[in-house]
Amino acid sequence: MNGRLDAAFALLPEYLGWHVLLSASALGLGVAISLPLAIAAARSPRLRWPLLAGASLIQTIPSLALLALFYPLLLALSSLARQATGHGFSALGFLPSLLALTLYSMLPILRNGAAAILGIDPAVREAADGVGMTARQRLFQVELPLAAPVIMAGVRTAAVWTIGAATLSTPVGQTSLGNYIFAGLQTENWVFVLFGCAASAVLALIADQLLGLMEAGARTRKPVLAVVGAVGLVAGIALAVSPLAGFGKPAAYTIGAKNFSEQYILAEVIAGRLQAAGAEVRRKEDLGSAVAYRALAAGEIDVYVDYSGTLWSNVLGRKDNPGRAEVLKQLTAELKRRDGVVVLGSLGFENAYAFVMRPDRAQALGVASLADLAREAPKLTLGSDLEFLSRPEWKAVDTAYGFGFKTKKSYQPTFMYRALSGGEADVISAFSSDGRIAADGLIVLTDPKAAIPPYDAVVLIAPKRAGDRRLLGALSPLIGKVSVEAMRAANYSVDRDQAKASPAEAARALEERMPLGK
Amino acid sequence: MAQPAIELSGVEKRYGAHAALAGVSLAVGVGEFTALVGGSGSGKTTLLKTINRLVVPDAGAVRVMGEDVAAVEPPVLRRRIGYVFQETGLFPHLTVGENIAITPRLLGWDKARISARIDALLDLVALPRGVATRAPAELSGGQRQRVGVARALAAEPALMLMDEPFGALDPLTRDALGTDYRALHDRLGLTTVMVTHDMAEAVLLADRIVVLKDGRIVADGKPGDLIANTRDPDVRALLEAPKRQAERLRERLGGGA
Repeated sequence: MNGRLDAAFALLPEYLGWHVLLSASALGLGVAISLPLAIAAARSPRLRWPLLAGASLIQTIPSLALLALFYPLLLALSSLARQATGHGFSALGFLPSLLALTLYSMLPILRNGAAAILGIDPAVREAADGVGMTARQRLFQVELPLAAPVIMAGVRTAAVWTIGAATLSTPVGQTSLGNYIFAGLQTENWVFVLFGCAASAVLALIADQLLGLMEAGARTRKPVLAVVGAVGLVAGIALAVSPLAGFGKPAAYTIGAKNFSEQYILAEVIAGRLQAAGAEVRRKEDLGSAVAYRALAAGEIDVYVDYSGTLWSNVLGRKDNPGRAEVLKQLTAELKRRDGVVVLGSLGFENAYAFVMRPDRAQALGVASLADLAREAPKLTLGSDLEFLSRPEWKAVDTAYGFGFKTKKSYQPTFMYRALSGGEADVISAFSSDGRIAADGLIVLTDPKAAIPPYDAVVLIAPKRAGDRRLLGALSPLIGKVSVEAMRAANYSVDRDQAKASPAEAARALEERMPLGK
Repeated sequence: MAQPAIELSGVEKRYGAHAALAGVSLAVGVGEFTALVGGSGSGKTTLLKTINRLVVPDAGAVRVMGEDVAAVEPPVLRRRIGYVFQETGLFPHLTVGENIAITPRLLGWDKARISARIDALLDLVALPRGVATRAPAELSGGQRQRVGVARALAAEPALMLMDEPFGALDPLTRDALGTDYRALHDRLGLTTVMVTHDMAEAVLLADRIVVLKDGRIVADGKPGDLIANTRDPDVRALLEAPKRQAERLRERLGGGA
């Protein structure tokens, strides 16, 4: 328990720094854009409705989706920019997060700003004209000072929203306090989840209080309060962001990982190998499955581990299954040709989609294979992870066997196993390298029609690193060295409820079991 | 007649179907204290606002000191003309001193000149200098209106426009402020146009009374001459009201001094 708390605190300077930098930038940009728009909305009734409706509409988009949508948009823009100027930019990480959060922060500032300016007594406005102010002088000397308290209240609301929503920037590759929450949820490290929530809440409270001081200063016309609030805010941001100065220098290699334990562990193994070879590394974790490959092809990450069947179905769009060796061979040739991506080789184990049942339930129904399952499916509930049912592999299997389940439910992988053991799901789409299959004594159903493609874990290298000897040299020894038993044990050490290991600890343990021969 | 301070010729202003000013011509001489009198909707405030272009006429011309106001940038014009607002029109977020200083500041006066001017004006309107650092909300209604007068006078205008300046005050304060202002008008040699709906106030303070009805001038003259020269029954009633009041007051209070 204390170990996990210590681990959480050790990560705090980096996570908090990014979180503050991101939120403060988004809020600053949001104010800079929204305030002129609020003034325009107050001036022109014709602009008012579209502006306020537009901002409200943005607010109705779930914040995670808004963040996710900026990735493909920026990727397209980046490739256009590369064609036009020869220089692209990163579509992952800070930029999409900043843009989405900026949009997200706009509504309260825009709405309060317009209402505050419209709410000013017309007699005061006429007095400003009467004493000889120009329209500009009236705005800056009368209207904005009088509207300031209400505008500041809007900025406070926006700050709290932005700090909360910034935790969702983790899945698009931006480090934030959300890293605690997403990683904690995945590895069932509830200390991390709570720590992330608490840190984000405390941050939001502090920002709210300091902005509240500025609001009070504006309302009671005591500039001292406003100055104290502003100084506190600037000092707080500077203090939080200062640890990032050390992170500014570009890391030599960026290692990607998707959002489950095995990926975290393998990323740590790769990081360990590269560091041992004297290289600097940086991690981008919790990437979505499709995001990870595109990020690699675009050179935003240098290396990550994917699975042959995933690439075969999702990237190449193949529906056939010519066998494990042939899939790997064709994949290697095809990815190289299409995107310049290097398949360094298979780590030696498979992490296939596997339909898994509790032994008592399988015996009672007389189910041992997917063909048996198809017979019983109309009575059964299928539990799957969040993306399986929308993947081509599921369509292939479903077409081959014609299941027709009574109901299908999607879960975060952690909760999928809970649903199986609790009886809420009769069969789940598990992963064959998952330690929980062996630990819980679950039955893996056979696939007599070979509808599920093979899923060899393969190391992928970005096109720009294809000739990088240090990288290839450090990672090549891993090829063929990870057995499925070793991987299961490592995964289980992270996923189990008691005596949990961190992904880094599991990675060290895994390395010890590898016959690497230094 | 020498060049008038203010000259309106054929001024019209419509708000939709309603004619606020239906062809008004008027010349105000330098040094005159003119009261614009009339009921609500008579057009008296609209007329006042055409002089410093807070209202832009649909037709006709307005000249101030011989210059067509349409040819001057409105802020430049307004900084030359003092304006006292109905209620007070003071800026709630500024102190009394900052309110008084506003037009001089817009004109770019230096700090020493502005602070000397604030002190002089507070003396002029009979307020203690200490109020300069207070917020308008901390002052009484009468004090606020004195600040309003001081602010209008700050940039040393020759022309003062007043829109029911004393309307919201209690009778005693109103009387004192009216009398004080009339004295200032004479001392500083100002030209003043004051809107009021109170004929008694107009008779007591002004040299000349202009009565408006439905956007037209229906009577114009010295207080003493007006009753003799006016045939319009509404205007007569308006003019006789203060006289009747005064007579009844004398009866009931048993004065006769």
